[in-house]
Amino acid sequence: MQALTNRAKPVSRKPMTLVEKLYMWNILKGMMITLRHLFKKKATISYPEEKRPFSPVFRGLHILNRDEEGRERCTACGLCALACPAEAITMEAAERLPGEENKYREEKYAAKYEINMLRCIFCGLCEEACPKDAIYLSETFAPSNYQRKGFIYGKEDLLIPSPKENPGEYWKAVGNRKANKEQSN
Amino acid sequence: MHSALLAIDLFFVIEKLVLIVAIVSISLVIAMYETYAERKVAAFIQDRRGPNRAGPFGLLQPLADGVKLFMKEEIIPNTSNRFLFILGPCLAMLAAMMTSAVVPWGGTIDFFGRQVNLQIADINIGILYVFGVVSMGVYGIMIGGWASNNKFSLMAALRGASQVISYELPMGLSLIALLMLTGSLKMSEIVAQQIDGWYNVLYQPLGFFIFLVCAFAECNRTPFDLPEAENELNFGYHQEYSSMKLGFYLFAEYINMFISSVIMATLFFGGYDIPFVNDASLSGLGNWLALLQGLSLIIKVCIFIFVFMWVRWTIPRFRYDQLMNLGWKTLIPLALVNMVVTAAIVLLKSNGWKF
Repeated sequence: MQALTNRAKPVSRKPMTLVEKLYMWNILKGMMITLRHLFKKKATISYPEEKRPFSPVFRGLHILNRDEEGRERCTACGLCALACPAEAITMEAAERLPGEENKYREEKYAAKYEINMLRCIFCGLCEEACPKDAIYLSETFAPSNYQRKGFIYGKEDLLIPSPKENPGEYWKAVGNRKANKEQSN
Repeated sequence: MHSALLAIDLFFVIEKLVLIVAIVSISLVIAMYETYAERKVAAFIQDRRGPNRAGPFGLLQPLADGVKLFMKEEIIPNTSNRFLFILGPCLAMLAAMMTSAVVPWGGTIDFFGRQVNLQIADINIGILYVFGVVSMGVYGIMIGGWASNNKFSLMAALRGASQVISYELPMGLSLIALLMLTGSLKMSEIVAQQIDGWYNVLYQPLGFFIFLVCAFAECNRTPFDLPEAENELNFGYHQEYSSMKLGFYLFAEYINMFISSVIMATLFFGGYDIPFVNDASLSGLGNWLALLQGLSLIIKVCIFIFVFMWVRWTIPRFRYDQLMNLGWKTLIPLALVNMVVTAAIVLLKSNGWKF
């Protein structure tokens, strides 16, 4: 039979020589190999203290964004929920009352905004669908939880800290991914 | 009556009790840290880091493991023989601890004018005692495996028993050659000879090698850990055990490893003798000398323990027929040849032949 590739290697079925039969020599060779590994650099990193960098296209937990004055951008239009292939997003809209202009950017806002992180597939379509730049995916992933209901993230979990009241936390939450994206735009 | 009571030297009893407590606790602590070292060595050989979360460098890991084992639920299977089920791990532990009684751990200490020998019992059949106790260790495995009333445990126990018996023969034969050279079964005497002359491993390299291989087998360590072959027997003889009874079995293995390292160091590597130094010239150090000697024994033992672990994480397990072939068809003939050659040389030498 003609070989399809040239990578096939014939199996050697020679009877073992005396040195091979003694087996000791091969054991010694093996032990030298393990001894070398003893001093090799370890592949493991000490995880919580040390972290590997994320890929630039990593998509993690969602963040509900605010504008420069700290007002929520979301208008509860529902396009993200519509775009979501996993149907993980639900929201309830409410109308802005007089005097709340510093809290919500437009006349309509999301009174309730929930993402079920067990359903979410982190595809990022909500981010693409959003006309107001109100939702984006950050670089953190969902932490573990003891209960299923703990994975339903409400507004208090998703909303970014206000850039006016808490700028440090705000910039930390913005993260590299968002910043890189804005740079390229 | 009174005179008979007074004849017992109270200080002697106290001295021996203190020694026993000290040696037992040292072996336990060393066995504890052997588990830690084993995990570290395994990790390093496999390019990992090993336990490093509990305490600095993970040094408290054995304590955490111990606490975990104690906290576990203790399960005794319904169909098991309760008495034997509990007796099994006790015997394994007892046999493992008893061997340390005849090992000389160092020279003598001058304790307020009293010469304290750092050896619990300096009996003149030391090596025979060690052999007797070591072969008792297999009862722990057999009783535990049988009492579990589980076919896998029973099979593992049978394997363990036949393996230990098969490997005790070449072990004994390799020692006979050694004993012909030393002319004494007394451990302290053997060490004393090595302090004055060369280490026995130079006279008996093959004997030492056979002893080492058999020690691996006696301790049920890889490549001879067939009683615990988890891919064939689920878990081996301690499958039904939980909590500290399981811990005792695992612990007994580590103590066995420690003790067999001690015996190898004592018989072949000069025991507590400090290498490259004439111990007699250091007698000015007084009690510190005995301590240094103990330390040098411990260092030798640590090297042996490392070899145990190194081999374990290098060589895969033997098949059962390979194990028996190696024991009966290779090691026993080798040991016999070694014995005959040694005997011939000893005989020629005693008849005045010069070499």
